[in-house]
Amino acid sequence: MDLISDRGRRVQVEELNTTKLLAHAAKQTRDHKFDEVLIVDVDAHHYENENFGEILPFMENEVLKQLVLSSRAKAGRGSVLPSTPGFQDMGGRVTRYPLRSTEKTDPARLRDAQLGERWMDAMGVDYSCLFPTGMLNVGLHPQKEMEFELCWAYNRWVTEVALPQTDGRMFTQLSLPFGDPEGSMRCVETFGHRKGVGGWMVTTVRPKMPVYDNAYMPIYRAIEERGQTLAFHSGPSWGDHTFQSCNRFISAHALGFSWYNILHLTNWVVNGMNERFPKLPVLWIEAGLAWIPFVMQRLDHEFMMRPSECPLLKRKPSEYMREMFYSSQPMEIQDMDALECTFRMIDAENSLLYASDYPHWDFDLPSTIWDLPFLTDKARHNILGGTAHRLFKLPPRNEAQKANLIKYGNYREF
Amino acid sequence: MAEQFVGKASEFKDGDRQIVRIGEQEIGIFKHEGEFYAYSNFCLHQGGPACEGLTIARVEERLRPDKTSMGLHFTQDMNFVCPWHGYEYDMKTGEHVSNRKLKLRKYDVVQKGNDVYVVA
Repeated sequence: MDLISDRGRRVQVEELNTTKLLAHAAKQTRDHKFDEVLIVDVDAHHYENENFGEILPFMENEVLKQLVLSSRAKAGRGSVLPSTPGFQDMGGRVTRYPLRSTEKTDPARLRDAQLGERWMDAMGVDYSCLFPTGMLNVGLHPQKEMEFELCWAYNRWVTEVALPQTDGRMFTQLSLPFGDPEGSMRCVETFGHRKGVGGWMVTTVRPKMPVYDNAYMPIYRAIEERGQTLAFHSGPSWGDHTFQSCNRFISAHALGFSWYNILHLTNWVVNGMNERFPKLPVLWIEAGLAWIPFVMQRLDHEFMMRPSECPLLKRKPSEYMREMFYSSQPMEIQDMDALECTFRMIDAENSLLYASDYPHWDFDLPSTIWDLPFLTDKARHNILGGTAHRLFKLPPRNEAQKANLIKYGNYREF
Repeated sequence: MAEQFVGKASEFKDGDRQIVRIGEQEIGIFKHEGEFYAYSNFCLHQGGPACEGLTIARVEERLRPDKTSMGLHFTQDMNFVCPWHGYEYDMKTGEHVSNRKLKLRKYDVVQKGNDVYVVA
């Protein structure tokens, strides 16, 4: 297949075959003996828009359903989800984006499940948490009832159609329609018990999101009581007022992912949510790691001078932050001393969860964790899967993995 | 060091590439502006297939003497890009274009008549 390069020049590249593209990852998997290590990827994606034909009919409201189905019936008349400009594929340099449609799969089985197995097997990933891509913009939708409908339909499709075809290799943290607290609660009560649901995801790309609002307390309580997780998944929004000063995608992307988690984590901590829901595991996803020490230091500094504004806190903000969870990708690995300091400050051995973010452009392999020179063996095993094993109740897939979970104090019977 | 046959020179067009495997080594051989260049196919970032992606001209931002920008432009210099994450390498040197200290292992290419060999 030809890709468009400079000045309209066409460059021939092979059709996409994920197994072949990731052959070097498979070599790392063999060299590192990753089959003996339980590896859980807490943040991987599919392109749910490719399945909208199946997803949208799950919408409940007939009027809204007719709107989106009609919109999709004629290309170009409208889009289901809000979108912002961006160049994730770097002009085709990351070839799996433009080549995606060329990859062959068995039409008798869900394509996303087959593609997932290919990259998971190559990387040595045992389980991955399936998240959507375009739906991460659902919080930008101006109609809260449409946000609910789309999340509802997606959650039904994931639990009723997608996960059952993954042989238990994929789980999910379902999408909460956060703009609609009542709808969010309905989702938790309806889908919370379903197989493969480990928790709930709030996309943080929103114009306004008061995580401290009283309307959300019953939802947090319900998730906590179920022993599930609450994950805040970040993303970029170049169209956001804050980022309209950025004239390059790299700027909006590099800052955006961290910014939204900085914003909402700050509100979460300052309002004493960790004190209110001490048993609720909270995850902060896809914002990298370098921002965490920054926020710890900023909040601790101001907390000592302004305790009257956060009277629910019994400890420094950084102490609460250290007890929450963070996904590892995209891990800033340019300055090893700085990264080691970050790992120490966030207590990575107990708080960090490996994430690939595959197939997105800045994915990380498990070796990015395994090969860090300053980690203990226990930290390697905890971060790659031991901690996630306990959080999401995922059993080891072979005896060697079980032995390692036992060896490093992670093994639980579920 | 052994010579590994790559292919017939007459079958290489400008812009073509080939990947050869010699034991554990993988080498990408490019033909660019009539010359052959050969590099390790393992990206210095996370080990991706560095030589199997897009080839594309280097981008520069041109400035006027008063330092105002004339925007982004393609140059005549060619790069090849790792398809995993976009690490971009200089076709003639194998250096990462943002950090010239990062350099893919370069291999010699010899031509004997119409036969092209890489020395590894």
